[in-house]
Amino acid sequence: MAEQAKKGRARPLSPHLEIYRWPVTMATSITHRATGVALSMGTLVVAWWLIATATGEDAYDTFSKIARSPLGLLILFGFVWSLVYHLLNGIRHLVWDAGYGFEVKTADRTGVLVIALSVIVAIAAFAFAFLGTGATS
Amino acid sequence: MSVRTPLARVEGLGAAHRGTEHFTRQRATAVALAPLSIWFVCSALALVGADRTAAAEFLAQPLNAVLMALFIIAGLIHMATGLQVVIEDYVHNEGGKVALLLLNKFFAWVVGAGAIYALLKIALLRG
Repeated sequence: MAEQAKKGRARPLSPHLEIYRWPVTMATSITHRATGVALSMGTLVVAWWLIATATGEDAYDTFSKIARSPLGLLILFGFVWSLVYHLLNGIRHLVWDAGYGFEVKTADRTGVLVIALSVIVAIAAFAFAFLGTGATS
Repeated sequence: MSVRTPLARVEGLGAAHRGTEHFTRQRATAVALAPLSIWFVCSALALVGADRTAAAEFLAQPLNAVLMALFIIAGLIHMATGLQVVIEDYVHNEGGKVALLLLNKFFAWVVGAGAIYALLKIALLRG
């Protein structure tokens, strides 16, 4: 240790984030933040859609064409999933704010529930909207 | 000099009667956005594949126009409040932080102004 100190800067560090096993609660927490930031970008899609609708046929067609492209569909799916996830996990946060659900077991369970439900609801909503309408063609 | 206990002084809105606005605003908009975003997702999915006339007619319905306006306003306030915390957490350079916090507010106002203008144009011209 004395040798290390002589070398100068090699002070002990707290473990880096990546060596931790990720508990469910940690994953749901950072995902809540990430989906929140993603949804902030999503506001641009909503604004674009409204402005295109208000502007005219050409603007609306451009929006539709891009929205139906593979990349557009991927972004829309990401938007829907982010919104569903942020909504479900947001309800979990509101329940915490009210003082309930803090037990480790409960928090883990609701976390898994939120992840599973968000994926199921997003896929179901997307399938419901896009199958049958032929909107992707 | 007050004889009130420290606990009594900070209960409710706190001694300064403010400072909790950020927290409260985040939660109040969250509660409002829960039903609004369910309505939004259902409406948006129902409009997949719709042409411009159908989309505009939907938005021109008074109830839809009002709900969309509420969704946008509550959403953007919630967004600006949330992004502010993200910026404060991760950006430690003082100048960069101030610039980003300002940009955050401008972003919300610009997106909001554009979206609300478009919505009013659709709703009022077709109403």
